[in-house]
Amino acid sequence: MTSAMNLDELIEGVLAGEDRALARAMSTIENRTGQHRELIEGLYPHRGEARVIGVTGSPGVGKSTLVDRLATAYAADGLSVGVLAIDPQSPFSGGSILGDRVRFDRSSGEPDVFVRSVSTRGAPGGIATATSELTVVLEAAGMDRILIETVGAGQSEIDVVRVADSVAVVLQPETGDDVQMLKAGILETADVLVVNKADLPGVDQTITRLQEMLEIARHTPSEAAWEPPIVRTVAERDEGIDGLRDALHQHHEYLAEDSRLEERRRRRHRADLRRLAIASFERQLDREFNRPGGLVERIECVESGEQSPYHLVDELLANWIPESDD
Amino acid sequence: MSSAPKEAGRPIRCMVAKVGLDGHDRGAHVISRAFRDAGFEVIYTGLHNTPSDIVRVAIQEDVDVLGISILSGAHMTLVPEVLEGLAERGAAEDTLVLVGGVIPSKDAAALKEQGVAEVFGPGTTLAETIAFVREHAPVQ
Repeated sequence: MTSAMNLDELIEGVLAGEDRALARAMSTIENRTGQHRELIEGLYPHRGEARVIGVTGSPGVGKSTLVDRLATAYAADGLSVGVLAIDPQSPFSGGSILGDRVRFDRSSGEPDVFVRSVSTRGAPGGIATATSELTVVLEAAGMDRILIETVGAGQSEIDVVRVADSVAVVLQPETGDDVQMLKAGILETADVLVVNKADLPGVDQTITRLQEMLEIARHTPSEAAWEPPIVRTVAERDEGIDGLRDALHQHHEYLAEDSRLEERRRRRHRADLRRLAIASFERQLDREFNRPGGLVERIECVESGEQSPYHLVDELLANWIPESDD
Repeated sequence: MSSAPKEAGRPIRCMVAKVGLDGHDRGAHVISRAFRDAGFEVIYTGLHNTPSDIVRVAIQEDVDVLGISILSGAHMTLVPEVLEGLAERGAAEDTLVLVGGVIPSKDAAALKEQGVAEVFGPGTTLAETIAFVREHAPVQ
């Protein structure tokens, strides 16, 4: 297939779950080729019943290996699995070494596992929107499980994992960094806590500390009565993967009650809408701001003290007519 | 460390794979970093890939360029398997396949005959390789 693959063929191929069409569809979305909007609109009605699982944690805790083993375990159950390995770092050269495909050694032999490494490009609304749209491709392809892996460091990464129905936060024994990460608000997003490399010394202290933090968090009002279980794994040796799978399954069952799952998904789509709207407004506002005769030419008025910036912004908004935008 | 991120167009996506049983991945690491610094997106898959693994990853990652590093001497069986796999999946014509390693010139000619775009032997500079990719990568 060449670049000549048309949109209908692409959509058909994705719905049939063909690797090549899936891969092309993802490139179309990442590259913002102009076809991406029609593609998303074509796939949106076909999203299946995938369970979307986010996996996050500091660099080096073993997320990729864990995702590889979890994907392999799902595949062994006869489930199809899509993996997005997101690398939110945007280096200065614009280039990057993506994901950790080296760690995906187990699942890469499984015919029903599709793995895609994703970098951040200039998607409107940022990496969280791109992640959500790439997830739509995997959902439309009828995947049973979708695993989204990303480094947990700040707000944008939290937004990335919030695409998921269930979020697993991965730590390793005795890392001061991880406590920092939990303070940064990642704990609140965790539905399951995983202490990987649980064969290392210090694992019991780490778990005790996590329990204390959960105890404190319990006193702050949160979504509901779900208490994140703490799972021990040694992904490298395939230990604890069943426990993790069970914990994720229990969380899914919990979500399935009282329409919590619908609530989560509504939250995801609300966030998508908001990000797209902001990105679209921003582009148009920039255009209006910078056009000849636009606000940018009246900066002197502010400099000379003739007019206040607030006044000029009021004027800008009064004259600005938003248009439809892709 | 060249150019800022391209506003128009997109980064060239390159996969760097080691095929066969030899354990020498220094060259693959060096080329991966050089590609990254040239502004490419690099997917590095580590040691001991089978031809069918390589084809699968190349398809899923939708790469423009597939660089195969091979030092085991088995290039005349392993590389054609990759080429066949790509052709079977309809990806041969839009994947630029490069081979790096110690390849006798007779073999290099045969591989190019079969669809390898270029063979880079010892002494090829990183700049030459990057220039070749920039010129030939099937990116519009």
